[in-house]
Amino acid sequence: MERRPRRPVRRALAATAALACGSALLSACAGGDSGKPTLNWYINPDGQETLTQLAEQCSTDEYDIAIQLLPTSATDQRTQLARRLAARDSSTDLMSLDPVFVPEFANAGWLAPFEGDLADQVVDDDVLAGAAETVMWEDQVVAAPQWANTQVLWFRRSLAEQAGLDMSQPVTWDQVIEAAASVDGATVGVQADRYEAYVVWINALVEGAGGSIVEDTEAGREAEVTIDSEAGREAAAVIQKLADSGATQPDFTTSNEGTSLGRMFPEDGGPGEFMNNWTFVYKNYEGTIGTPGGPADQEAFEDLGWARYPRTVEGEPSKPPIGGIDIGVGAYSENLDFAQEAAVCVTSPEAQSALAVNDGLMPSRASVYDSPELQEAYPADLLDLYRESIEEGGPRPKSAFYSQISSAVQSVWHPPTSVSPESTPEESAEFLRAVLDGEALL
Amino acid sequence: MSSAAVQTATPTQPTGKASRTKPADSDRSRAENSLGRKLVAPAIVLMLLVTAFPMLRALYLSLFQYSLTAPEERSFVGVDNYVTALTDPLFWQTTANTVGIMVITVAFELVIGFAFAMVMHRVIFARGVIRTSILIPYGIITVVSGFAWQFAFSNTNGFVNSWLPFLGDDFNWFASYESSMIAIMVSEIWKTTPFMSLLLLAGLAQVSEDMIEAAKVDGATWFQRLFKVILPNMRAAIMVAVLFRALDAYRIFDNIFVMTAGANGTSSISFLTYRQVIEQFQLGIGSALSVLLFLSVLVVAFVIVKVFRVDLASARQER
Repeated sequence: MERRPRRPVRRALAATAALACGSALLSACAGGDSGKPTLNWYINPDGQETLTQLAEQCSTDEYDIAIQLLPTSATDQRTQLARRLAARDSSTDLMSLDPVFVPEFANAGWLAPFEGDLADQVVDDDVLAGAAETVMWEDQVVAAPQWANTQVLWFRRSLAEQAGLDMSQPVTWDQVIEAAASVDGATVGVQADRYEAYVVWINALVEGAGGSIVEDTEAGREAEVTIDSEAGREAAAVIQKLADSGATQPDFTTSNEGTSLGRMFPEDGGPGEFMNNWTFVYKNYEGTIGTPGGPADQEAFEDLGWARYPRTVEGEPSKPPIGGIDIGVGAYSENLDFAQEAAVCVTSPEAQSALAVNDGLMPSRASVYDSPELQEAYPADLLDLYRESIEEGGPRPKSAFYSQISSAVQSVWHPPTSVSPESTPEESAEFLRAVLDGEALL
Repeated sequence: MSSAAVQTATPTQPTGKASRTKPADSDRSRAENSLGRKLVAPAIVLMLLVTAFPMLRALYLSLFQYSLTAPEERSFVGVDNYVTALTDPLFWQTTANTVGIMVITVAFELVIGFAFAMVMHRVIFARGVIRTSILIPYGIITVVSGFAWQFAFSNTNGFVNSWLPFLGDDFNWFASYESSMIAIMVSEIWKTTPFMSLLLLAGLAQVSEDMIEAAKVDGATWFQRLFKVILPNMRAAIMVAVLFRALDAYRIFDNIFVMTAGANGTSSISFLTYRQVIEQFQLGIGSALSVLLFLSVLVVAFVIVKVFRVDLASARQER
C-alpha cells in the first residue's frame, strides 16, 4: 500500500529516460538536424589542431567531416582501425594510416581504391616517389599521401667539429659512432626498444647496404626472405659496433624517438649527440628554446645541425626511412564518393603546406617544398634534405604480413646488445621463414 | 486448491534409507520447477551465446591457417596449429614465465597479505583509515598501476634507483630478463596483495577468540598460537585465497603489456595469445593458443584444488 504512490513517479522517470535515450539514438542516426551525412575521419594525434581546421575547411554543403582521435601508438592505431573494418563498420569513412598498414588493409579489402580521375589527382607527378610508392597495392591507388616523414642525422655542429668529422660530406655509421666515442660524454641516439621504430632502423641499415629484409612481398606468405645476406651482416655489424662502443645512451635497449631528445642540449652542458630521428626534431627544438631539455638560447639552437641519414657502407648511398600518413577510405563507408572527394581535399597542396608550417609534418608533394610559407618556416638546405631523403628513401617491406615480418625481426634482433653479424641475420631469416609458414609463434 | 492437500497426497518412500532419498515431487512442485525452468531459459540461452559460442568459435577457427589481412589465403590445417604451438619453445618459455610469476607473486602476497590482514583485524585506533589505506592499491586499475611502476623503475625519471644505493642511477630495469621480471612482479604484488589480505581478513574473523584465549591460558607463545591455532583454523580461507589469486595471476597480462610489451622474453601465455590474435591478426594459431590457455587454466585450478585439498564447500560454510 505504501509503495503505490511512488509508481507513477517511477513510470514517469522511466518514460523520460527512454525518451531521452531514444531521441539521442535518433539524432545520432540522422547525423545532424539537416540530414547532411557526417564523414568520420580517424586521425592519429599528430597535428590535431591543423587537421581539425582541415576537416572544417573540407566540409561542404553536402557533407560534414568529423574528427575522431586514434590512440598514440602506431600499433594501437592499427588495431583499433582493423577491428572496426574487420567488423565492416560503415561509419569509418576516412582514416589516417601509417604507410606500412596500407598493404595489410588493402589486401584485406578494407580500403576503397581510388579510380580514374581521382587516382590521377591523388598520385600525380608532383608526389615524391617515396611517398607515392606507399599508396600503391596490386597496381591500384588505395590511399592518398597526406604527409611524408623521413629520418635525417641530427647533431651538434660543435660536437662534429670537436670530433673532426666533416659533415658536408656523406658520413657512414662507423664514422658517426667513432666520432661520438672520441668525445667524452657524447652519444649516438637511436631507436632500439623492441618496437616498430627499431625495425625502421634495421630496415634502413639493410637497404643502405643494398639489400632488403624480404623480397617479392606481393606473394604474401611465399615472399622471399633475404635478410641473411651480406647486407644483413653489414647492418648487424653497425648495431654491434654501436652496442660495443662507449657512445651508447643509458637507455640504449629501450630507447625511442623521445628519449634521446634531451641529450642533444644536456642541462649539464655536455657535448651533445648525433641522433637519427624524424623531421619533427627541428620544430621541437625551435619550440623549446630556453626550456629544460631544449637549447639554452638562439645561439645554442643554431648549433643544431642536420645531414643525410648515415651510410651503412662506404660508397653506397644511404636509404633514409620513409614514414608519414596516407589517407585511406573505408570500403564499407556509406558515403564512399563523398569520402574520396574529402580525401583529395585533405591531401591538397594547401593542406600539406599548413601541416608542414604548423606541425613540422613534411609534404609528400614536391611543389609544396617551394612554397613561400615553407621557405620561410625552414632553412632552405633542410627542406632540400627532406625532399631528397623522401625521394631516395628506402621503404619498409610492403606486405599483407608486414606486422608478422616486423615482429619476427624485432624478436631476433632485440636486445641490440645481442646482435652479431655472424649469427643474427641467419637466425632471423630462419625464424622469419618459419613465421610466414605459420610454423612458429611470435 | 490448498497446498496442504497436495503435499499430503505425496507418496513416501517405504525404504530404510528414506531420510537420505529425495522425496518424489508433487504436481505443484513439478509445475513450479517447470515454470522455473521456463523463466531461467532465456538467461541460460543468453549465457550459452556469450560464453559457449566464443569458445566453440575459437575451437573451429583454431583448425585453420587464417590471417585477417589475407582472407583469401585461409586454409584448413587440422590440428597443425596445436602441434606448432606445443612444439614451439616460445610457448613453453611463456608458460614457464606465467607459472613462475604465479608461484612467486602468490607466495609473497600470501605472507604480506596475511600480515596486513592481522593489522586490519587487530588495529584498535584509526581502523577505517588503516583498512582503507591498505586496500587502496587494489582500487587502482592495473594498467594505471603498471604505468606508475614503469615510471618508478625508469632510469630517466624514476625514483627506485635512488632508493637502492647499490644500484647506479643509470641502471636500466627493463634491459634484461631478470630485472624486468622483478619490476613486473613488484607491480603485481603491490596491486593485488590487498585482495589477498581482504580474503584472509574474512578467514581471520572466523577464528574463535575463545580458542586463542584458551591457548594463551595454556601458555602458548605468539608463534605457537599462530601456527597451531590461527592458521589451521583458517585453512579453508587461505586455500580459497590462494586458488583465486593463483588463477588470477595465471592470466597476467596488463603489467607485461604496459611495462615491457613482452621484450627480453617476459611474455606470459595471455600476452602471447593477445599478440597472435590482436596484434598479428593470426586468427587460426591465436585461437589455438586461446584454447590451450583455457585448458591450462582448468589444469591449474584442478591441480590447486587437488594438491592443496581446497574445500570450497567448507569455505562457504556448507558443512
